[in-house]
Amino acid sequence: MMKDKNPHFSFRLSCLVNGQETEREIESSRSLLEFIREDLGLKGTKEGCGEGECGACLVLVDGKAVNACLMTALQLQGKELVTIEGIKGRDGGLHPLQKTFMAEGAVQCGFCTPGLIVASEALLRRNPRATLGEIKLELTGNLCRCTGYEKVLSAVEKAKKLL
Amino acid sequence: MEKLFYVGKSLPRKDARIKVTGAAQYAGDREFSGMLHAAAVRSPRPRIKILSVSDMKARRVSGYVTLVTYKDIKGVNKWPVVMQDYPFLPEKEARFAGETVALVVAKTARAAKKAAALVEIKYKELPFVADPLKALEKDAVKIYGADNVLSSFVIKKGSVDAAFKKAAYTVAGEFSTNYQVHAYLETQGAIALPEAGGGMTLHSTTQCPFYVLDAVAAALGIPYNKVKILQTVTGGGFGGKEDVPALVAAHAALCAAKTGRPVKLVYGRKEDFQSMSKRHPGWARVAYAADKTGRITACRVKYVLDGGAYSTLSPIVLWRGTVHAAGPYKIANVDIKTYAAATNKVPCGAFRGFGQPQICFAQESLIDELAGKMGMDPVELRLKNLLEPGDKTITGQRLNSSCGLKEIVQTVRKRSGWDKKVRNRKSGTGNQGDVVTGIGFSATYYGVGLGAKGRYLDRAGALVNIYKDSSVGVNVGNTEMGQGALTVLAQIAAETLNAPYESVRVEEVDSSKVPDSGPTVASRTTLMSGNAIIEAAAPIRGRIFKTAFDLLVAMGADASNKMTAAGGLFSMGGKSVVFKKVVAECWFRRLKMSEQGWYAAPRTTFKLEDGQGDAYVIYSYSADAAEVEVDLKTGVARVKKIWAAYDVGKIVNPKLALGQAQGGILQGMSWAMYENLVYKNGIMVNPNFTDYVMATTADKPEYDITFLEKPYAGGPYKAKGMGEVPLIGVAPAVANAIKDACGARVKSVPLLPEKIWRELK
Repeated sequence: MMKDKNPHFSFRLSCLVNGQETEREIESSRSLLEFIREDLGLKGTKEGCGEGECGACLVLVDGKAVNACLMTALQLQGKELVTIEGIKGRDGGLHPLQKTFMAEGAVQCGFCTPGLIVASEALLRRNPRATLGEIKLELTGNLCRCTGYEKVLSAVEKAKKLL
Repeated sequence: MEKLFYVGKSLPRKDARIKVTGAAQYAGDREFSGMLHAAAVRSPRPRIKILSVSDMKARRVSGYVTLVTYKDIKGVNKWPVVMQDYPFLPEKEARFAGETVALVVAKTARAAKKAAALVEIKYKELPFVADPLKALEKDAVKIYGADNVLSSFVIKKGSVDAAFKKAAYTVAGEFSTNYQVHAYLETQGAIALPEAGGGMTLHSTTQCPFYVLDAVAAALGIPYNKVKILQTVTGGGFGGKEDVPALVAAHAALCAAKTGRPVKLVYGRKEDFQSMSKRHPGWARVAYAADKTGRITACRVKYVLDGGAYSTLSPIVLWRGTVHAAGPYKIANVDIKTYAAATNKVPCGAFRGFGQPQICFAQESLIDELAGKMGMDPVELRLKNLLEPGDKTITGQRLNSSCGLKEIVQTVRKRSGWDKKVRNRKSGTGNQGDVVTGIGFSATYYGVGLGAKGRYLDRAGALVNIYKDSSVGVNVGNTEMGQGALTVLAQIAAETLNAPYESVRVEEVDSSKVPDSGPTVASRTTLMSGNAIIEAAAPIRGRIFKTAFDLLVAMGADASNKMTAAGGLFSMGGKSVVFKKVVAECWFRRLKMSEQGWYAAPRTTFKLEDGQGDAYVIYSYSADAAEVEVDLKTGVARVKKIWAAYDVGKIVNPKLALGQAQGGILQGMSWAMYENLVYKNGIMVNPNFTDYVMATTADKPEYDITFLEKPYAGGPYKAKGMGEVPLIGVAPAVANAIKDACGARVKSVPLLPEKIWRELK
């Protein structure tokens, strides 16, 4: 069997992943999503479209929500990554958003849920008193096909009070 | 009626915690040692004669393992779904752009995709058909049988011609609806694991594990007892994971059988758009006749669905559409003819509502036109004609007492402020300026379960095990796909056994634990699996209750009192004992703490000659009112609020039911307003979420939802089914509201601004 003609350069990546110093040898063409799911084995971040359209793969990079499918892994160099596995409450238990998503019934099939929680967390970090209109606008990038969004919005509203 | 402790309460979802923490394992999240990855090689054109398939170039990709074609099929190359015309992999001819022609296996997913793109299909293009109405014409290119008809039904009753002649009012119109893509956030996927001794285990995201079982056994040519299907956490279905996951899983299994290694096949979004089932585009010509009082005397319908290249579920989808084609009204004279036409496009199948939303859009729009012609209020016209208990449907089925249609229509009328809003509009105080508002109505019904056309599949099993520590394990044959089945079924099990809800766990389907329970479709899971659980639990309940009684007596309770059981506690005469203790005693007495249950739906009938019979076991009902805003300058419409009321029998979990309603409404509204899949010359133009637009948080209307719980004696704790009713009537309610707002009668879904704007000119 022949080898690829254009082998990708490999790259030593060091970053902070959910609070842990992480170093990995990766191919330069690796997407952040591949790095998270395949190299780190963190499966909570989902691929819904692979084109930045659905928001299922949102993660926090230096506190900002980004679509992991649209970033290369090496753009993470020296930065801090937080995935759904790293989203926790102050006591190390469930994060207020996770609690309100459960309590409000904002979870159905659950595939969009990690992305929705990450998007909401990014918004509330930036703007802890975001209005319903601001929440709606922020979450337009997260497709959910199950809930009709009502309970998602009320979950984020309720979480504001618990932060 | 007995007092219920768990049924009827908004208990917490069983699977919420693993979903909010990212711990839930969907098919694509699972890893196995030595696992390879597969990717599909797809037909580039609408209809081709396959001359050769070559992996010469693909072999150069690092990590390439092998090519899998129809030649690798050891079993029968026919996917076993209704009519069996769809090969697992085509041998000579591929019939739609996107059809899987071969599969590539490689060491990584990325290598597999890269290699698949390098596989060369040599082909000759064949003439194709893209338009379903043209497909039915005499001189059309024949791609399916002698007439391109995948399936056809009639309902005939009374004398329609005479009724139309005698009528004081008649209306007729042609309506059409476009595709709807399920857009479940989790794409299709399966992992196949070869077992020693020639067996195969599948991890599959699916609504229908037993369809997967049928397909894998057929493709591999091995007996069912060597195949095991494990349903993974399923990221949305809506009908899109009814039949097609079986094809995906069979492909993964063929790759695993050839390589002897575990193989993962997870679809990308684009190929999921191009090749997986859709809601059928529909076309209908409908006519109603009414006497001068507004009583509807006749209905004539011609209804055509665009079935795509293979029949898959089209016959059943069409049949449901046929049975419900005239709307939820008592009509003495009916002439309904329906067709599913073959075209060289993606095969269409199940989608929430299953052939009803398309025809409902047509007939409920036309009911408003009839009201307009008569100068009658559209709600009044409906109330005059709606089905009531004791009435006969168009198939001659007499409705029982579980029919609250009139009440829900009155509920929505009242809650939406219908009368006042309509009065305002008449007096001219309602609308001024460029942005106008309007309100529209619809009423629908939905036969729960598979009905006469699917009656041989309409049964379900359950396995209930109470372990020594008193935890309860329940296996069923219907699936959780997001709708909340694991939770609702746990409530039913807890209620029946008087087990603490927290101690009950319902598992995702394992095909080796429960007999074939049919598909998870047709809003049938609560009804079918719920009844099967009750059947399984009943004898264990007897043992537990008897043992609890004995224990209470031994504790000194006065046996002349009645024992009560609630929330895991058994009480009598001031003494109490908990479930855990009772179960320990049952085990000590060596009682059987495991039972299997089985539930088969009551008989249904349908005569093919005239479409008469008791088509479904029971019906659920919905009424919707939509309020819209239309910009007269641009034709842009926005749905502001939807009021809906449902009669779906007893509600097992109100919060989950509300979630089903809100999600169903938005999915219906999104289809009505935005979703527009485009084909050009047999090629799908917009297979992605940028160009295929769906409702987001910004488009969400306000919801006002009411449940009317008309008990159904045959349902578990009197429940019927509710997954689909919320979607069906949304599109016509919105279309009627647009008409009310600005006078534009748009007869095709989606109700795009340009169509509204054109009607306004």
